[in-house]
Amino acid sequence: MQRYLVRRLVLAVPTIFGITVLIFVAMRVLPGDPLAVIANEGQGQYRLTGDELAAARASLGLDLPLPQQYLSWMADVARGDLGHSFWNTEPIRDTVARRGAVSLEIALAAVALSWLIGVPAGILSATHRNAWSDYTVRLFMTLFLAIPSFWIGLSAVLVLVLAFSWRPPLVITDLVQDPLKNLQMVIGPAIALGLGLAAGLARMTRSTILEALFDDYVRTARSKGLRERAVVGRHVMRNALLPVVTTSGAAMGALLGGAVATETAFGVPGLGSYLVAALNARDWMVIQNLVLIYGTIAVLVNMFVDLSYAWIDPRIRYS
Amino acid sequence: MRFFRSSPLGTAAALLVVVAVVVAAFAGQVAPYDPLRNDYTAARQPPSAQHLLGTDSLGRDVLSRIIYGLRISLIVSVASIALGVSFGVVWGVTSGYAAGRFDLLSQRLIEVLSSFPTLILAMLLSVGLGPGLGTVIVAVGVTQVPLATRITRSVVLSVKQTQFVEAARCLGATPARIMARQIAPQCVAPVAVVATLNLGAAIFAEAALSFLGVGVPPPTPSLGNMLGGVLAQSFQPPWWLVIFPGTAIAVTVLAANLLGDSLRDFLDPKLIARLG
Repeated sequence: MQRYLVRRLVLAVPTIFGITVLIFVAMRVLPGDPLAVIANEGQGQYRLTGDELAAARASLGLDLPLPQQYLSWMADVARGDLGHSFWNTEPIRDTVARRGAVSLEIALAAVALSWLIGVPAGILSATHRNAWSDYTVRLFMTLFLAIPSFWIGLSAVLVLVLAFSWRPPLVITDLVQDPLKNLQMVIGPAIALGLGLAAGLARMTRSTILEALFDDYVRTARSKGLRERAVVGRHVMRNALLPVVTTSGAAMGALLGGAVATETAFGVPGLGSYLVAALNARDWMVIQNLVLIYGTIAVLVNMFVDLSYAWIDPRIRYS
Repeated sequence: MRFFRSSPLGTAAALLVVVAVVVAAFAGQVAPYDPLRNDYTAARQPPSAQHLLGTDSLGRDVLSRIIYGLRISLIVSVASIALGVSFGVVWGVTSGYAAGRFDLLSQRLIEVLSSFPTLILAMLLSVGLGPGLGTVIVAVGVTQVPLATRITRSVVLSVKQTQFVEAARCLGATPARIMARQIAPQCVAPVAVVATLNLGAAIFAEAALSFLGVGVPPPTPSLGNMLGGVLAQSFQPPWWLVIFPGTAIAVTVLAANLLGDSLRDFLDPKLIARLG
Protein backbone atom coordinates (compact mmCIF):
# COMPACT_ATOMS: atom_id res chain seq x y z
CA MET A 1 0.00 0.00 0.00
CA GLN A 2 2.77 2.40 0.92
CA ARG A 3 4.69 1.62 -2.23
CA TYR A 4 1.54 2.16 -4.26
CA LEU A 5 1.02 5.50 -2.58
CA VAL A 6 4.55 6.57 -3.47
CA ARG A 7 4.11 5.40 -7.05
CA ARG A 8 0.84 7.29 -7.45
CA LEU A 9 2.47 10.42 -6.06
CA VAL A 10 5.35 10.08 -8.54
CA LEU A 11 2.92 9.52 -11.42
CA ALA A 12 0.99 12.65 -10.49
CA VAL A 13 4.09 14.74 -11.21
CA PRO A 14 4.02 14.43 -15.02
CA THR A 15 0.27 15.08 -15.00
CA ILE A 16 0.69 18.28 -13.02
CA PHE A 17 3.61 19.22 -15.28
CA GLY A 18 1.28 18.71 -18.26
CA ILE A 19 -1.32 20.92 -16.62
CA THR A 20 1.18 23.75 -16.18
CA VAL A 21 2.26 23.47 -19.83
CA LEU A 22 -1.35 23.48 -21.03
CA ILE A 23 -2.17 26.56 -18.96
CA PHE A 24 0.96 28.31 -20.16
CA VAL A 25 0.16 27.55 -23.80
CA ALA A 26 -3.44 28.71 -23.39
CA MET A 27 -2.34 31.97 -21.78
CA ARG A 28 0.64 32.91 -23.96
CA VAL A 29 0.50 31.16 -27.31
CA LEU A 30 -3.16 31.19 -28.28
CA PRO A 31 -4.21 34.27 -30.29
CA GLY A 32 -6.27 36.01 -27.59
CA ASP A 33 -3.30 37.71 -25.88
CA PRO A 34 -4.85 39.04 -22.63
CA LEU A 35 -2.67 42.11 -22.49
CA ALA A 36 -3.54 43.07 -26.05
CA VAL A 37 -7.19 42.64 -25.16
CA ILE A 38 -6.83 44.97 -22.18
CA ALA A 39 -5.00 47.49 -24.33
CA ASN A 40 -7.71 47.54 -26.99
CA GLU A 41 -10.73 47.15 -24.76
CA GLY A 42 -10.15 50.35 -22.77
CA GLN A 43 -12.55 53.14 -23.57
CA GLY A 44 -10.43 56.11 -24.60
CA GLN A 45 -8.47 57.03 -21.47
CA TYR A 46 -7.36 53.45 -20.70
CA ARG A 47 -6.21 52.65 -24.21
CA LEU A 48 -2.49 51.91 -24.22
CA THR A 49 -0.16 53.13 -26.92
CA GLY A 50 2.35 50.77 -28.52
CA ASP A 51 5.18 52.04 -26.31
CA GLU A 52 3.16 51.76 -23.11
CA LEU A 53 2.14 48.25 -24.08
CA ALA A 54 5.79 47.31 -24.61
CA ALA A 55 6.73 48.83 -21.25
CA ALA A 56 3.90 46.95 -19.53
CA ARG A 57 5.08 43.75 -21.16
CA ALA A 58 8.64 44.31 -20.00
CA SER A 59 7.60 45.03 -16.41
CA LEU A 60 5.62 41.80 -16.33
CA GLY A 61 8.45 39.82 -17.89
CA LEU A 62 6.34 39.13 -20.98
CA ASP A 63 9.13 40.22 -23.36
CA LEU A 64 11.34 37.32 -22.30
CA PRO A 65 11.58 34.16 -24.43
CA LEU A 66 8.71 31.74 -23.69
CA PRO A 67 10.78 28.98 -22.04
CA GLN A 68 12.30 31.53 -19.70
CA GLN A 69 8.86 32.89 -18.81
CA TYR A 70 7.66 29.38 -18.08
CA LEU A 71 10.65 28.60 -15.86
CA SER A 72 10.35 31.78 -13.87
CA TRP A 73 6.63 31.10 -13.29
CA MET A 74 7.48 27.58 -12.08
CA ALA A 75 10.26 28.90 -9.85
CA ASP A 76 7.81 31.35 -8.27
CA VAL A 77 5.20 28.65 -7.72
CA ALA A 78 7.81 26.36 -6.18
CA ARG A 79 8.67 29.12 -3.73
CA GLY A 80 4.97 29.46 -2.88
CA ASP A 81 4.83 32.86 -4.55
CA LEU A 82 1.77 33.18 -6.78
CA GLY A 83 2.64 36.69 -7.86
CA HIS A 84 0.51 39.80 -7.90
CA SER A 85 -2.78 40.59 -9.52
CA PHE A 86 -2.65 42.91 -12.48
CA TRP A 87 -5.14 45.25 -10.82
CA ASN A 88 -4.36 45.35 -7.11
CA THR A 89 -1.37 44.93 -4.85
CA GLU A 90 -2.48 42.16 -2.51
CA PRO A 91 -0.36 39.06 -3.19
CA ILE A 92 -2.48 36.41 -4.93
CA ARG A 93 -1.44 33.89 -2.31
CA ASP A 94 -3.16 35.88 0.46
CA THR A 95 -6.36 36.33 -1.54
CA VAL A 96 -6.41 32.62 -2.34
CA ALA A 97 -5.95 31.70 1.32
CA ARG A 98 -8.77 34.00 2.42
CA ARG A 99 -11.27 33.07 -0.29
CA GLY A 100 -10.20 29.42 -0.52
CA ALA A 101 -11.39 28.77 3.04
CA VAL A 102 -14.96 29.70 2.08
CA SER A 103 -14.88 27.61 -1.10
CA LEU A 104 -13.47 24.62 0.77
CA GLU A 105 -16.25 24.85 3.34
CA ILE A 106 -18.85 24.97 0.55
CA ALA A 107 -17.30 22.03 -1.30
CA LEU A 108 -17.05 19.82 1.80
CA ALA A 109 -20.58 20.68 2.91
CA ALA A 110 -21.92 19.94 -0.59
CA VAL A 111 -20.17 16.55 -0.73
CA ALA A 112 -21.40 15.66 2.76
CA LEU A 113 -24.93 16.68 1.82
CA SER A 114 -24.82 14.65 -1.39
CA TRP A 115 -23.86 11.52 0.54
CA LEU A 116 -26.50 12.12 3.19
CA ILE A 117 -29.24 12.49 0.58
CA GLY A 118 -27.98 10.61 -2.48
CA VAL A 119 -26.93 7.25 -1.01
CA PRO A 120 -30.04 6.60 1.13
CA ALA A 121 -32.26 7.78 -1.74
CA GLY A 122 -30.49 5.42 -4.13
CA ILE A 123 -30.83 2.48 -1.72
CA LEU A 124 -34.51 3.22 -1.13
CA SER A 125 -35.14 3.46 -4.84
CA ALA A 126 -33.33 0.20 -5.64
CA THR A 127 -34.85 -1.89 -2.83
CA HIS A 128 -38.37 -0.65 -3.60
CA ARG A 129 -38.11 -0.86 -7.34
CA ASN A 130 -41.21 0.32 -9.22
CA ALA A 131 -42.92 1.39 -6.01
CA TRP A 132 -44.03 4.99 -5.55
CA SER A 133 -40.90 5.76 -3.51
CA ASP A 134 -38.76 4.60 -6.44
CA TYR A 135 -40.66 6.84 -8.85
CA THR A 136 -40.39 9.82 -6.51
CA VAL A 137 -36.64 9.40 -6.15
CA ARG A 138 -36.18 8.95 -9.89
CA LEU A 139 -38.29 12.01 -10.65
CA PHE A 140 -36.18 14.22 -8.38
CA MET A 141 -32.99 12.59 -9.66
CA THR A 142 -33.84 13.41 -13.27
CA LEU A 143 -34.91 16.93 -12.35
CA PHE A 144 -31.82 17.84 -10.37
CA LEU A 145 -29.51 16.40 -12.99
CA ALA A 146 -31.02 18.86 -15.46
CA ILE A 147 -31.34 21.98 -13.30
CA PRO A 148 -28.11 24.00 -13.23
CA SER A 149 -26.97 24.71 -9.68
CA PHE A 150 -26.26 28.32 -10.56
CA TRP A 151 -29.89 28.75 -11.54
CA ILE A 152 -30.98 27.33 -8.18
CA GLY A 153 -28.67 29.94 -6.71
CA LEU A 154 -30.14 32.82 -8.69
CA SER A 155 -33.68 31.71 -7.89
CA ALA A 156 -32.89 31.31 -4.20
CA VAL A 157 -31.44 34.81 -4.00
CA LEU A 158 -34.43 36.12 -5.93
CA VAL A 159 -36.92 34.57 -3.50
CA LEU A 160 -34.95 35.76 -0.47
CA VAL A 161 -34.71 39.32 -1.77
CA LEU A 162 -38.28 39.64 -3.01
CA ALA A 163 -40.05 37.78 -0.21
CA PHE A 164 -37.88 38.54 2.83
CA SER A 165 -35.83 41.55 1.69
CA TRP A 166 -32.80 39.62 2.86
CA ARG A 167 -29.80 38.37 0.96
CA PRO A 168 -26.82 36.26 1.99
CA PRO A 169 -23.89 38.28 3.40
CA LEU A 170 -21.35 39.47 0.85
CA VAL A 171 -18.35 39.75 3.17
CA ILE A 172 -16.37 36.79 4.46
CA THR A 173 -16.78 36.03 8.14
CA ASP A 174 -14.62 33.52 9.93
CA LEU A 175 -16.15 30.14 10.80
CA VAL A 176 -14.74 30.29 14.33
CA GLN A 177 -15.44 33.94 15.11
CA ASP A 178 -19.04 34.11 13.88
CA PRO A 179 -20.34 30.66 12.96
CA LEU A 180 -23.90 31.82 12.31
CA LYS A 181 -22.94 34.55 9.86
CA ASN A 182 -20.53 32.14 8.19
CA LEU A 183 -23.28 29.56 7.88
CA GLN A 184 -25.60 32.09 6.20
CA MET A 185 -23.05 32.52 3.45
CA VAL A 186 -22.07 28.89 3.00
CA ILE A 187 -25.36 27.05 3.30
CA GLY A 188 -27.00 28.32 0.11
CA PRO A 189 -24.27 27.32 -2.36
CA ALA A 190 -23.72 24.06 -0.45
CA ILE A 191 -27.37 23.07 -0.86
CA ALA A 192 -27.55 24.16 -4.51
CA LEU A 193 -24.42 22.18 -5.38
CA GLY A 194 -25.23 19.29 -3.07
CA LEU A 195 -28.61 18.63 -4.70
CA GLY A 196 -27.08 18.16 -8.14
CA LEU A 197 -24.35 15.92 -6.73
CA ALA A 198 -26.91 13.94 -4.73
CA ALA A 199 -28.90 13.27 -7.90
CA GLY A 200 -25.85 11.82 -9.66
CA LEU A 201 -24.95 9.78 -6.59
CA ALA A 202 -28.48 8.43 -6.14
CA ARG A 203 -28.53 7.36 -9.76
CA MET A 204 -25.23 5.50 -9.44
CA THR A 205 -26.20 3.93 -6.09
CA ARG A 206 -29.52 2.76 -7.49
CA SER A 207 -28.04 1.08 -10.55
CA THR A 208 -25.13 -0.65 -8.75
CA ILE A 209 -27.39 -1.94 -5.98
CA LEU A 210 -29.94 -3.17 -8.51
CA GLU A 211 -27.20 -5.08 -10.24
CA ALA A 212 -25.79 -6.49 -6.99
CA LEU A 213 -29.24 -7.60 -5.77
CA PHE A 214 -29.26 -10.31 -8.45
CA ASP A 215 -25.81 -11.69 -7.65
CA ASP A 216 -25.22 -15.17 -6.29
CA TYR A 217 -23.79 -14.08 -2.96
CA VAL A 218 -27.00 -12.18 -2.25
CA ARG A 219 -29.05 -15.31 -2.89
CA THR A 220 -26.71 -17.17 -0.54
CA ALA A 221 -27.11 -14.54 2.15
CA ARG A 222 -30.88 -14.65 1.80
CA SER A 223 -31.07 -18.42 1.82
CA LYS A 224 -29.07 -18.71 5.01
CA GLY A 225 -31.90 -16.76 6.60
CA LEU A 226 -30.51 -13.26 6.92
CA ARG A 227 -33.04 -10.48 7.19
CA GLU A 228 -33.33 -8.25 4.12
CA ARG A 229 -31.95 -5.33 6.13
CA ALA A 230 -28.76 -7.26 6.88
CA VAL A 231 -28.48 -8.50 3.30
CA VAL A 232 -28.59 -4.98 1.91
CA GLY A 233 -26.74 -3.30 4.76
CA ARG A 234 -23.82 -5.70 5.08
CA HIS A 235 -23.49 -7.58 1.82
CA VAL A 236 -24.88 -5.47 -0.98
CA MET A 237 -23.71 -2.09 0.30
CA ARG A 238 -20.10 -3.09 0.58
CA ASN A 239 -19.97 -4.20 -3.03
CA ALA A 240 -22.11 -1.44 -4.39
CA LEU A 241 -20.16 1.30 -2.68
CA LEU A 242 -17.15 1.16 -4.98
CA PRO A 243 -18.72 2.77 -8.06
CA VAL A 244 -20.40 5.23 -5.73
CA VAL A 245 -16.99 6.37 -4.49
CA THR A 246 -15.80 6.68 -8.08
CA THR A 247 -18.80 8.81 -8.97
CA SER A 248 -18.17 10.97 -5.97
CA GLY A 249 -14.55 11.42 -7.04
CA ALA A 250 -15.46 12.14 -10.64
CA ALA A 251 -18.06 14.58 -9.39
CA MET A 252 -15.30 16.55 -7.68
CA GLY A 253 -14.44 17.97 -11.10
CA ALA A 254 -18.04 18.99 -11.69
CA LEU A 255 -18.15 20.36 -8.17
CA LEU A 256 -15.07 22.54 -8.61
CA GLY A 257 -16.36 23.91 -11.91
CA GLY A 258 -19.97 24.14 -10.79
CA ALA A 259 -18.91 25.94 -7.64
CA VAL A 260 -17.50 28.74 -9.79
CA ALA A 261 -20.91 29.45 -11.33
CA THR A 262 -22.84 28.81 -8.13
CA GLU A 263 -20.64 31.08 -6.01
CA THR A 264 -21.14 33.80 -8.61
CA ALA A 265 -24.91 33.31 -8.53
CA PHE A 266 -25.03 33.66 -4.74
CA GLY A 267 -22.46 36.46 -4.73
CA VAL A 268 -20.22 34.46 -2.40
CA PRO A 269 -16.66 35.84 -2.39
CA GLY A 270 -14.98 32.45 -2.80
CA LEU A 271 -12.27 31.15 -5.08
CA GLY A 272 -14.76 30.65 -7.90
CA SER A 273 -15.99 34.21 -8.06
CA TYR A 274 -12.34 35.32 -7.82
CA LEU A 275 -11.65 33.30 -10.97
CA VAL A 276 -14.68 34.79 -12.75
CA ALA A 277 -13.62 38.33 -11.85
CA ALA A 278 -10.10 37.55 -13.09
CA LEU A 279 -11.46 36.07 -16.33
CA ASN A 280 -13.56 39.15 -17.03
CA ALA A 281 -10.68 41.49 -16.20
CA ARG A 282 -8.26 39.35 -18.26
CA ASP A 283 -6.10 39.23 -15.12
CA TRP A 284 -3.85 36.50 -16.47
CA MET A 285 -1.56 36.14 -13.46
CA VAL A 286 -4.56 35.30 -11.29
CA ILE A 287 -6.11 33.09 -13.98
CA GLN A 288 -3.06 30.96 -14.56
CA ASN A 289 -2.39 30.37 -10.88
CA LEU A 290 -6.02 29.69 -9.98
CA VAL A 291 -6.42 27.21 -12.84
CA LEU A 292 -3.23 25.53 -11.67
CA ILE A 293 -4.69 25.24 -8.17
CA TYR A 294 -7.95 23.79 -9.50
CA GLY A 295 -6.08 21.30 -11.71
CA THR A 296 -3.81 20.19 -8.89
CA ILE A 297 -6.74 19.71 -6.52
CA ALA A 298 -8.49 17.57 -9.15
CA VAL A 299 -5.39 15.37 -9.60
CA LEU A 300 -4.99 14.91 -5.85
CA VAL A 301 -8.67 14.11 -5.33
CA ASN A 302 -8.55 11.46 -8.06
CA MET A 303 -5.53 9.91 -6.40
CA PHE A 304 -7.30 9.92 -3.06
CA VAL A 305 -10.31 8.20 -4.64
CA ASP A 306 -8.10 5.47 -6.10
CA LEU A 307 -6.52 4.88 -2.73
CA SER A 308 -9.86 4.66 -0.97
CA TYR A 309 -10.82 1.75 -3.25
CA ALA A 310 -8.33 -0.47 -1.47
CA TRP A 311 -9.73 0.54 1.86
CA ILE A 312 -13.36 -0.21 0.93
CA ASP A 313 -12.78 -3.29 -1.21
CA PRO A 314 -10.30 -5.73 0.29
CA ARG A 315 -10.24 -7.70 -2.98
CA ILE A 316 -8.22 -4.90 -4.51
CA ARG A 317 -4.59 -5.16 -3.52
CA TYR A 318 -2.16 -2.68 -4.92
CA SER A 319 1.32 -3.97 -5.42
CA MET B 1 -39.80 2.57 -34.72
CA ARG B 2 -39.12 -0.11 -32.16
CA PHE B 3 -37.53 2.58 -30.01
CA PHE B 4 -40.77 4.58 -29.84
CA ARG B 5 -42.78 1.55 -28.75
CA SER B 6 -40.27 0.38 -26.15
CA SER B 7 -39.81 3.69 -24.39
CA PRO B 8 -42.70 6.15 -23.96
CA LEU B 9 -40.54 8.47 -21.85
CA GLY B 10 -37.83 8.44 -24.50
CA THR B 11 -40.45 9.21 -27.13
CA ALA B 12 -41.70 12.19 -25.14
CA ALA B 13 -38.11 13.41 -24.76
CA ALA B 14 -37.43 12.91 -28.47
CA LEU B 15 -40.59 14.87 -29.27
CA LEU B 16 -39.47 17.70 -26.96
CA VAL B 17 -36.06 17.75 -28.63
CA VAL B 18 -37.70 17.89 -32.06
CA VAL B 19 -39.92 20.78 -30.92
CA ALA B 20 -36.85 22.62 -29.58
CA VAL B 21 -34.99 22.06 -32.85
CA VAL B 22 -37.94 23.24 -34.97
CA VAL B 23 -38.48 26.34 -32.81
CA ALA B 24 -34.75 27.12 -32.97
CA ALA B 25 -34.57 26.54 -36.73
CA PHE B 26 -37.56 28.77 -37.48
CA ALA B 27 -36.70 31.34 -34.81
CA GLY B 28 -37.25 34.16 -37.32
CA GLN B 29 -40.83 33.03 -37.93
CA VAL B 30 -41.71 31.99 -34.38
CA ALA B 31 -40.27 34.87 -32.36
CA PRO B 32 -42.71 37.77 -31.95
CA TYR B 33 -39.97 40.47 -31.87
CA ASP B 34 -36.41 41.12 -33.02
CA PRO B 35 -34.29 39.79 -30.11
CA LEU B 36 -31.75 42.61 -30.50
CA ARG B 37 -34.14 45.56 -30.76
CA ASN B 38 -33.92 47.90 -27.77
CA ASP B 39 -37.02 49.72 -26.65
CA TYR B 40 -36.26 51.93 -23.68
CA THR B 41 -39.91 52.91 -23.28
CA ALA B 42 -40.67 49.27 -22.49
CA ALA B 43 -37.71 48.34 -20.27
CA ARG B 44 -38.05 45.84 -17.40
CA GLN B 45 -41.70 45.13 -17.94
CA PRO B 46 -43.24 42.09 -16.28
CA PRO B 47 -45.04 39.58 -18.53
CA SER B 48 -48.01 41.12 -20.34
CA ALA B 49 -50.11 40.57 -23.44
CA GLN B 50 -47.61 42.46 -25.61
CA HIS B 51 -44.56 40.75 -24.15
CA LEU B 52 -45.63 37.30 -22.98
CA LEU B 53 -42.49 36.74 -20.87
CA GLY B 54 -41.72 40.39 -20.17
CA THR B 55 -38.79 42.55 -21.29
CA ASP B 56 -35.23 42.94 -20.04
CA SER B 57 -33.48 46.09 -18.84
CA LEU B 58 -32.92 47.26 -22.43
CA GLY B 59 -36.55 46.65 -23.36
CA ARG B 60 -35.82 43.56 -25.43
CA ASP B 61 -38.53 40.91 -25.61
CA VAL B 62 -37.60 37.99 -23.33
CA LEU B 63 -39.58 35.36 -25.25
CA SER B 64 -37.86 36.28 -28.52
CA ARG B 65 -34.46 36.22 -26.82
CA ILE B 66 -35.16 32.79 -25.34
CA ILE B 67 -36.13 31.46 -28.78
CA TYR B 68 -32.98 32.85 -30.40
CA GLY B 69 -30.95 31.84 -27.33
CA LEU B 70 -32.20 28.28 -27.70
CA ARG B 71 -30.93 28.34 -31.28
CA ILE B 72 -27.47 29.47 -30.13
CA SER B 73 -27.39 26.90 -27.32
CA LEU B 74 -28.33 24.07 -29.68
CA ILE B 75 -25.83 25.17 -32.34
CA VAL B 76 -23.02 25.41 -29.78
CA SER B 77 -23.78 22.11 -28.08
CA VAL B 78 -24.24 20.05 -31.25
CA ALA B 79 -21.24 21.63 -33.00
CA SER B 80 -18.98 21.22 -29.98
CA ILE B 81 -19.94 17.58 -29.53
CA ALA B 82 -19.46 16.89 -33.25
CA LEU B 83 -16.07 18.61 -33.12
CA GLY B 84 -14.90 17.00 -29.88
CA VAL B 85 -16.15 13.52 -30.71
CA SER B 86 -14.77 13.39 -34.26
CA PHE B 87 -11.40 14.61 -32.99
CA GLY B 88 -11.58 12.03 -30.21
CA VAL B 89 -12.42 9.20 -32.61
CA VAL B 90 -9.53 10.04 -34.96
CA TRP B 91 -7.16 10.34 -32.05
CA GLY B 92 -8.41 7.21 -30.32
CA VAL B 93 -8.20 5.09 -33.49
CA THR B 94 -4.70 6.32 -34.31
CA SER B 95 -3.48 5.96 -30.77
CA GLY B 96 -4.97 2.52 -30.24
CA TYR B 97 -3.84 1.16 -33.60
CA ALA B 98 -0.37 2.68 -33.65
CA ALA B 99 0.35 1.67 -30.03
CA GLY B 100 3.90 2.17 -28.79
CA ARG B 101 5.36 5.52 -27.89
CA PHE B 102 2.65 7.61 -29.59
CA ASP B 103 -0.03 5.77 -27.64
CA LEU B 104 1.79 6.27 -24.36
CA LEU B 105 2.20 9.99 -24.99
CA SER B 106 -1.45 10.38 -26.02
CA GLN B 107 -2.58 8.60 -22.89
CA ARG B 108 -0.66 11.03 -20.74
CA LEU B 109 -2.03 13.98 -22.66
CA ILE B 110 -5.59 12.69 -22.29
CA GLU B 111 -4.98 12.29 -18.59
CA VAL B 112 -3.89 15.91 -18.34
CA LEU B 113 -6.98 17.08 -20.26
CA SER B 114 -9.36 14.99 -18.21
CA SER B 115 -7.82 15.96 -14.89
CA PHE B 116 -9.06 19.53 -15.39
CA PRO B 117 -12.55 20.21 -14.14
CA THR B 118 -14.35 20.55 -17.50
CA LEU B 119 -15.85 23.97 -16.85
CA ILE B 120 -12.49 25.37 -15.72
CA LEU B 121 -10.79 23.99 -18.83
CA ALA B 122 -13.47 25.56 -21.02
CA MET B 123 -13.06 28.90 -19.23
CA LEU B 124 -9.30 28.82 -19.68
CA LEU B 125 -9.64 28.09 -23.39
CA SER B 126 -12.29 30.69 -24.01
CA VAL B 127 -10.08 33.36 -22.45
CA GLY B 128 -7.04 32.08 -24.32
CA LEU B 129 -8.86 32.15 -27.66
CA GLY B 130 -10.64 35.46 -27.16
CA PRO B 131 -14.41 35.97 -27.13
CA GLY B 132 -16.64 34.63 -29.91
CA LEU B 133 -19.08 31.93 -30.88
CA GLY B 134 -16.34 29.75 -32.44
CA THR B 135 -14.35 29.98 -29.21
CA VAL B 136 -17.22 28.62 -27.14
CA ILE B 137 -17.64 25.72 -29.57
CA VAL B 138 -13.94 24.85 -29.37
CA ALA B 139 -13.82 25.31 -25.59
CA VAL B 140 -16.80 23.03 -24.95
CA GLY B 141 -15.63 20.65 -27.70
CA VAL B 142 -12.23 20.11 -26.10
CA THR B 143 -13.91 18.95 -22.89
CA GLN B 144 -15.57 16.17 -24.93
CA VAL B 145 -12.29 14.86 -26.35
CA PRO B 146 -10.91 12.77 -23.43
CA LEU B 147 -13.95 10.51 -23.00
CA ALA B 148 -14.45 10.01 -26.76
CA THR B 149 -10.77 9.15 -27.19
CA ARG B 150 -10.77 6.71 -24.27
CA ILE B 151 -13.86 4.86 -25.43
CA THR B 152 -12.64 4.68 -29.02
CA ARG B 153 -9.25 3.45 -27.96
CA SER B 154 -10.71 0.67 -25.82
CA VAL B 155 -12.85 -0.51 -28.75
CA VAL B 156 -9.84 -0.36 -31.08
CA LEU B 157 -7.71 -2.48 -28.78
CA SER B 158 -10.17 -5.35 -29.01
CA VAL B 159 -11.11 -4.91 -32.69
CA LYS B 160 -7.43 -4.80 -33.66
CA GLN B 161 -7.05 -8.48 -32.76
CA THR B 162 -9.99 -9.72 -34.86
CA GLN B 163 -9.58 -11.84 -37.96
CA PHE B 164 -11.08 -9.42 -40.43
CA VAL B 165 -8.44 -6.86 -39.52
CA GLU B 166 -5.75 -9.49 -39.92
CA ALA B 167 -7.27 -10.47 -43.25
CA ALA B 168 -7.17 -6.87 -44.44
CA ARG B 169 -3.54 -6.66 -43.38
CA CYS B 170 -2.72 -9.87 -45.28
CA LEU B 171 -4.35 -8.42 -48.38
CA GLY B 172 -1.83 -5.59 -48.13
CA ALA B 173 -4.08 -2.78 -46.90
CA THR B 174 -2.17 0.19 -45.54
CA PRO B 175 -2.57 1.06 -41.83
CA ALA B 176 -4.44 4.23 -42.79
CA ARG B 177 -6.93 2.21 -44.84
CA ILE B 178 -7.40 -0.38 -42.11
CA MET B 179 -8.02 2.34 -39.55
CA ALA B 180 -10.54 4.13 -41.76
CA ARG B 181 -12.37 1.17 -43.30
CA GLN B 182 -12.09 -1.68 -40.80
CA ILE B 183 -11.64 -0.18 -37.38
CA ALA B 184 -13.36 3.21 -37.27
CA PRO B 185 -16.83 1.86 -38.23
CA GLN B 186 -16.73 -0.43 -35.18
CA CYS B 187 -16.36 2.56 -32.88
CA VAL B 188 -19.37 4.46 -34.19
CA ALA B 189 -22.09 2.86 -32.06
CA PRO B 190 -20.55 3.24 -28.59
CA VAL B 191 -19.30 6.73 -29.39
CA ALA B 192 -22.71 7.78 -30.72
CA VAL B 193 -24.31 6.74 -27.45
CA VAL B 194 -21.79 8.75 -25.44
CA ALA B 195 -22.29 11.75 -27.70
CA THR B 196 -26.05 11.71 -27.10
CA LEU B 197 -25.53 11.22 -23.38
CA ASN B 198 -23.25 14.27 -23.34
CA LEU B 199 -25.59 16.56 -25.27
CA GLY B 200 -27.22 17.74 -22.06
CA ALA B 201 -23.82 18.36 -20.48
CA ALA B 202 -22.77 20.46 -23.48
CA ILE B 203 -25.91 22.62 -23.30
CA PHE B 204 -25.21 22.98 -19.61
CA ALA B 205 -21.56 23.96 -20.23
CA GLU B 206 -22.50 26.63 -22.76
CA ALA B 207 -25.07 28.05 -20.35
CA ALA B 208 -22.55 28.16 -17.49
CA LEU B 209 -19.82 29.76 -19.63
CA SER B 210 -22.17 32.41 -20.99
CA PHE B 211 -23.62 32.99 -17.53
CA LEU B 212 -20.11 33.75 -16.27
CA GLY B 213 -19.42 36.15 -19.13
CA VAL B 214 -16.84 34.03 -20.96
CA GLY B 215 -19.21 32.33 -23.37
CA VAL B 216 -21.38 33.69 -26.14
CA PRO B 217 -20.67 37.44 -26.12
CA PRO B 218 -23.61 39.87 -25.86
CA PRO B 219 -25.71 41.22 -27.48
CA THR B 220 -26.19 37.79 -29.12
CA PRO B 221 -28.77 36.13 -26.87
CA SER B 222 -27.94 32.80 -25.26
CA LEU B 223 -29.84 31.12 -22.44
CA GLY B 224 -26.78 31.48 -20.22
CA ASN B 225 -25.91 35.11 -20.82
CA MET B 226 -29.52 36.17 -20.26
CA LEU B 227 -29.15 34.82 -16.72
CA GLY B 228 -25.73 36.44 -16.40
CA GLY B 229 -27.27 39.82 -17.20
CA VAL B 230 -29.40 39.50 -14.07
CA LEU B 231 -26.35 39.42 -11.79
CA ALA B 232 -25.77 43.15 -12.22
CA GLN B 233 -29.29 43.79 -10.91
CA SER B 234 -29.17 41.28 -8.11
CA PHE B 235 -30.44 43.74 -5.50
CA GLN B 236 -33.73 44.23 -7.34
CA PRO B 237 -33.89 41.23 -9.67
CA PRO B 238 -36.86 41.08 -12.05
CA TRP B 239 -38.21 37.56 -11.43
CA TRP B 240 -39.18 36.92 -15.06
CA LEU B 241 -35.56 37.37 -16.15
CA VAL B 242 -34.50 34.59 -13.75
CA ILE B 243 -37.35 32.12 -14.05
CA PHE B 244 -37.95 31.90 -17.82
CA PRO B 245 -34.42 31.51 -19.27
CA GLY B 246 -33.53 29.10 -16.45
CA THR B 247 -36.62 27.00 -17.11
CA ALA B 248 -35.69 26.91 -20.79
CA ILE B 249 -32.21 25.58 -19.91
CA ALA B 250 -33.56 23.00 -17.48
CA VAL B 251 -36.23 21.70 -19.88
CA THR B 252 -33.78 21.45 -22.78
CA VAL B 253 -31.16 19.65 -20.69
CA LEU B 254 -33.86 17.40 -19.24
CA ALA B 255 -35.11 16.40 -22.70
CA ALA B 256 -31.56 15.78 -23.96
CA ASN B 257 -30.68 13.69 -20.87
CA LEU B 258 -33.84 11.58 -21.08
CA LEU B 259 -33.34 11.01 -24.79
CA GLY B 260 -29.73 9.96 -24.19
CA ASP B 261 -30.70 7.60 -21.38
CA SER B 262 -33.46 5.86 -23.31
CA LEU B 263 -31.28 5.60 -26.41
CA ARG B 264 -28.60 3.91 -24.33
CA ASP B 265 -31.11 1.53 -22.75
CA PHE B 266 -32.46 0.78 -26.21
CA LEU B 267 -29.07 0.13 -27.78
CA ASP B 268 -27.70 -1.72 -24.75
CA PRO B 269 -30.65 -3.85 -23.63
CA LYS B 270 -28.57 -6.30 -21.60
CA LEU B 271 -29.14 -4.50 -18.31
CA ILE B 272 -32.89 -4.10 -18.67
CA ALA B 273 -33.39 -7.68 -19.85
CA ARG B 274 -31.67 -8.91 -16.73
CA LEU B 275 -33.61 -6.65 -14.40
CA GLY B 276 -36.92 -7.56 -16.03
